[in-house]
Amino acid sequence: MAERAPFVLEARDVCVVLGGVRALDGLSLTLEPGLRTVVLGPNGAGKSVLLRTLHGLLAPTSGAVSWHRPTRQAMVFQRPVMLRRSALANIRYALAVNGVAEPERSRRASSALARVGLSNIAHRPARVLSGGEQQRLALARAWALEPEIVFLDEPTASLDPGATAEIERVIASIAAEGTRIVMTTHNLGQARRLADEIVFIQAGKAVERTASDRFFEQPASNEARLFLQGELPWK
Amino acid sequence: MEMNLPRAFRRFSFTWIAAATAAATLIAAQSAWAQGTFITVASTTSTEQSGLFKEFLPAFTRATGIEARVVALGTGQALDMGRRGDADVLFVHDKVAEDKFVAEGYGVKRHEVMYNDFIIVGPKSDPARAKGNDVVAGLKAIAGARAPFASRADKSGTHAAELRYWKVAGFDMAKDKGPWYRETGSGMGPTLNTASGMGAYALTDRGTWLNFKNRGDLVILVEGDKRLFNQYGVMLVNPARHAHVKKEAGQKFIDWVVSPAGQAAIAAYKINGEQLFFPNAGSGN
Amino acid sequence: MFEIFASFGVALGLIGGADPELARIVVLSLHLSLVAAIAGAAIGLPLGALIAVGRFPGRRTLIVLLNAMLGLPSVVVGLVVYLLLSRAGPLGPLGILFTPAAIVVAQTVLVVPIVAALARQTTEDAWNEYREQLTSLGVSRLRAVPTVLWDTRFSLLTVVMAGFGRAASEVGAVMVVGGNIDGVTRVMTTAIALETSKGDLPLALALGIVLIGTVLAINAGAYGIREWSARHHG
Repeated sequence: MAERAPFVLEARDVCVVLGGVRALDGLSLTLEPGLRTVVLGPNGAGKSVLLRTLHGLLAPTSGAVSWHRPTRQAMVFQRPVMLRRSALANIRYALAVNGVAEPERSRRASSALARVGLSNIAHRPARVLSGGEQQRLALARAWALEPEIVFLDEPTASLDPGATAEIERVIASIAAEGTRIVMTTHNLGQARRLADEIVFIQAGKAVERTASDRFFEQPASNEARLFLQGELPWK
Repeated sequence: MEMNLPRAFRRFSFTWIAAATAAATLIAAQSAWAQGTFITVASTTSTEQSGLFKEFLPAFTRATGIEARVVALGTGQALDMGRRGDADVLFVHDKVAEDKFVAEGYGVKRHEVMYNDFIIVGPKSDPARAKGNDVVAGLKAIAGARAPFASRADKSGTHAAELRYWKVAGFDMAKDKGPWYRETGSGMGPTLNTASGMGAYALTDRGTWLNFKNRGDLVILVEGDKRLFNQYGVMLVNPARHAHVKKEAGQKFIDWVVSPAGQAAIAAYKINGEQLFFPNAGSGN
Repeated sequence: MFEIFASFGVALGLIGGADPELARIVVLSLHLSLVAAIAGAAIGLPLGALIAVGRFPGRRTLIVLLNAMLGLPSVVVGLVVYLLLSRAGPLGPLGILFTPAAIVVAQTVLVVPIVAALARQTTEDAWNEYREQLTSLGVSRLRAVPTVLWDTRFSLLTVVMAGFGRAASEVGAVMVVGGNIDGVTRVMTTAIALETSKGDLPLALALGIVLIGTVLAINAGAYGIREWSARHHG
């Protein structure tokens, strides 16, 4: 995966207006390979909108999101969306749509399922799987595409602690292979476990970007400090 | 991102296969149905509903190997079909309209074939006292009593005849009709259904009446008047106007119908022992 | 009222007696309606999905038009198809007027709007659910069409059955373009119309019972297939 030059994602002065509301307000951010980034912020700060805009699902009202070269990306949503077919077939579909032919397609699909521990239910209809299994499947599907960067929008918000732990394990594996992770979460414990750096957003602006350890001990900005106090009042 | 079309179509494989199978069976069936020569004969609903065609067309096919496909409409529609070239032969009963058809160049020549007669049916109680063997007197009685009368009003041969009888009786139906005159705008059968349902009088051909099963309270009240005779003619649609007309097969049909064999087949058709149509080919134009 | 009971008796007699002419009419009717339903589905399903998934100027107007065509008067369709197929018309040289092919054409014209309008609604609901995820995976709008169609296949089967029902119940248009020719283009519905106009109401009603029975049987079969598939594939 490192045969090409490193990618660069640049968001410059991005504004996104949704339904009359300024969801992102002049936000600038640069992402390069290597780290695991977690985006934190209060409700309505614009975390989900940011991820969707970076991934290309939303177009900026002004400003620009640019990639220095075409980069393979994937995204995992809070609620997994599976097609009405087997678990394996869902992964094969994603690969087919991206031009992966046989026998490579079968190989990558089975291998992705195995890496998330779902090989035993490969032929079960994806929509009857549990929430945790479907989310693992969504990760497998994203992983099978061999993306250089994966966006995850609150991937464990709808899951119980056991499933959450599973998902975190998979995310860590993906990151370990060198894939860039950009994730949002409300779970500060999860942020501490997974993040290398924190991007803190408030009212559509990026307020702070700090290494994870330092952020939780001593955030640079007032807003972040107030946020942490609100979330972790015993600190 | 590339679009993998062949795989997309694979999803629909069962639909394509089903459509292909359906198309194949339809084409196969079409050729099975279209075996041999056939001609399209435009005729009238009253003729078909009398059951005549079911009886004597098989005899024609046995004699010539040609299938005669009858499309039964009103005379007006049948003539229109001839003008458009959608039929090869016309078999209708409206001499005036038929002569005009030939004069305008749409038909080759009109040949007389057979006649049957019209009758007036009405409620058994006969409130207008129309009963008798005089069609004009009967109609005058019905109009005078303003008794309900169901008319086809559909430009058919029967309708044209009905209007002629009214005219002889002194009524111009375009002006003189009242609410008692019910125009159904439909074929003989539906008009009789309506007459039966509302206890009205109606003019009908004997063939349709003998085959009609929903008589209710209706009985024959006026019959036997010579003026009630209904003449049938057969014409070939002019191939000079429509090159695709099957003129040889169509002419064979006309020749057979006026031949002794065809005329005998017509005379042989009976309902409950009663003959419906009286062959009179060659009795002058 | 008594006629209805008498008709059930006649209907059973017809079926039990395996009247060959009745059998031929029933087979012809089902054959033509199935072909029209399949042809209508082949055109209407992709069309509906394309409108659901696509984004182009005039899309909303097109949807309103499509929904309005659910009420397309069949007698008008019959007249227009007749004028097209008539020898005096543009498709006259095809020579299919008053043949079963003309009936399939008229029935298909009636089926397509139904299938397209209902498929549009069904696939649009699915597209709303899938859009973000599919776009994320790199699926273009065009590529998404077969995907949403396949994913909603169980609901779409019901849509196609609605189209089949429409084709099988059509009288007016079939009469006009087929000519109700004995042994060639006489189908169940036109046979019923003919017997009604001849005043033979018990026979007409009996034929109606046979027609409803066959359509019911086909729908039951389709429903069974759907249930079996759903249980096996989720």
